[in-house]
Amino acid sequence: MARKVVITGLGATTPIGGDVPTMWKNALKGVSGAHTLTDDWVEKYDLPVHFAAKASTPATEVLSRVEAKRMDPSTQFAVVAAREAWKDSGIEEVDHDRLAVAFATGIGGVWTLLDAWDTLREKGPRRVLPMTVPMLMPNGPAAAVSLDLGARAGAHTPVSACASGTEALHIALELIRSGKADVVVAGGAEAAIHPMPLASFAAMQALSKRNDSPETASRPYDISRDGFVMGEGAGALVLEAEEHALARGARIYGELAGTAVTADAYHITAPDPQGLGATRALKAALFDARAMPEDVVHVNAHATSTPVGDKPEYTALKAALGDHVDNVCVSATKSQMGHLLGASGAVESVLTVLAVYHRLAPVTINLENQDPEIPLDVVTGSPRELPEGEIMALNNSFGFGGHNAVVAIRSTGPKVELS
Amino acid sequence: MPEMIKSLITAKEEKEPSMASNEEILAGLAEIVNEETGLAPEAVELDKSFTDDLDIDSISMMTIVVNAEEKFDVKIPDEEVKNLKTVGDAVSFIAGAQA
Repeated sequence: MARKVVITGLGATTPIGGDVPTMWKNALKGVSGAHTLTDDWVEKYDLPVHFAAKASTPATEVLSRVEAKRMDPSTQFAVVAAREAWKDSGIEEVDHDRLAVAFATGIGGVWTLLDAWDTLREKGPRRVLPMTVPMLMPNGPAAAVSLDLGARAGAHTPVSACASGTEALHIALELIRSGKADVVVAGGAEAAIHPMPLASFAAMQALSKRNDSPETASRPYDISRDGFVMGEGAGALVLEAEEHALARGARIYGELAGTAVTADAYHITAPDPQGLGATRALKAALFDARAMPEDVVHVNAHATSTPVGDKPEYTALKAALGDHVDNVCVSATKSQMGHLLGASGAVESVLTVLAVYHRLAPVTINLENQDPEIPLDVVTGSPRELPEGEIMALNNSFGFGGHNAVVAIRSTGPKVELS
Repeated sequence: MPEMIKSLITAKEEKEPSMASNEEILAGLAEIVNEETGLAPEAVELDKSFTDDLDIDSISMMTIVVNAEEKFDVKIPDEEVKNLKTVGDAVSFIAGAQA
């Protein structure tokens, strides 16, 4: 029988909280992390979108100046979240040769890359910092976390756009199940609130243009949704072989029971309107978890608030869960923190784990007129109590390129009250 | 103040006002080193070795060199960098390159 993998540590830095307790408190309350950008480049380049969801606590306030200097902002977020997760796990001693990292990013060190390009053009090659390449490389976050924690059983970097963070959990599960590692720090990080990605996403009409009301711009499932809101930050989870966690008497949040990754092979950016790839991922994750649709009580949906994206996810959920989809409560937490791209799957997995642990589904904000073509039971207003007994929750993530990733989290004990 | 610093300072003080004195070069270097490594500026003394005393690796050293070039408007050729073993070596080289 495959090794069971449990979750023992959580970390996050997001637009609605610079650590997990703050993020969770706000996720239950329902707040928006989106605000008007005050950076001078918004006006300078006359960007069509004037707002985004920046991390509520800049990483430079948490890291030392010298630490931050050698890291791209995406790596800074990764290290902040990974340190919180590691501390939260309570692990004091570990065999470092059996500790791995799987840390994702969607875009990588875009700030470092473009700053260096400006420097090269304005000041010449001599002024390009020697640390430029190690700072911009997409494996920068994984490498920095590995270095920080002394993780020597491999440092992996799934890059699958907005599915990256969830795919990191898929890799982590495989690493532990296959016996290649006992503990894995998995997560995702993104720092792409930069004029170039904003211009590109706006050009493809993917971003909300609700400039006069940033707080209400991210509105998954609402009939008037007009695009996603760019977010930034990181999420991290400490995953551990169950016997390893039990041997040290760890606090266990839940079980990473199953994961799956599929590809649409349909279109480079558009989701398959029938959601076939997503359906296969959902079914495969349930199979991997040895679970039935009826076991699922909650879904943290991908739900980015784009006109074309939200519906195929419903189609896929309906196809994978059948009529049971009506009994599942859905949270679209991007309504609060925007879309953290390669970090979103990791942050939303943290929220899914907390939902199972505390038996509370976080709220979806800005849903005023639900799209009649998406008749999901969406959690709005106040958090939803999840049932007693053994429960399962899913987190979906989909990315440009046709990437679909799903993780299934199973409860490992009764409800734990909020402290 | 150690005699060596005094002599370095007095040697340069009479030069053109646009050039940095040795004391200013030392202070400027200390600032650059602090910015790159977090070391306290007062730890950056003339007789300190960049690698053995200040624990500065080759990548940080190159960043310090490039920042020093910009600050003092000098060229420090790559092949020269390996000869800059101590802070004093760097101060002397920069002072010479400015002259």
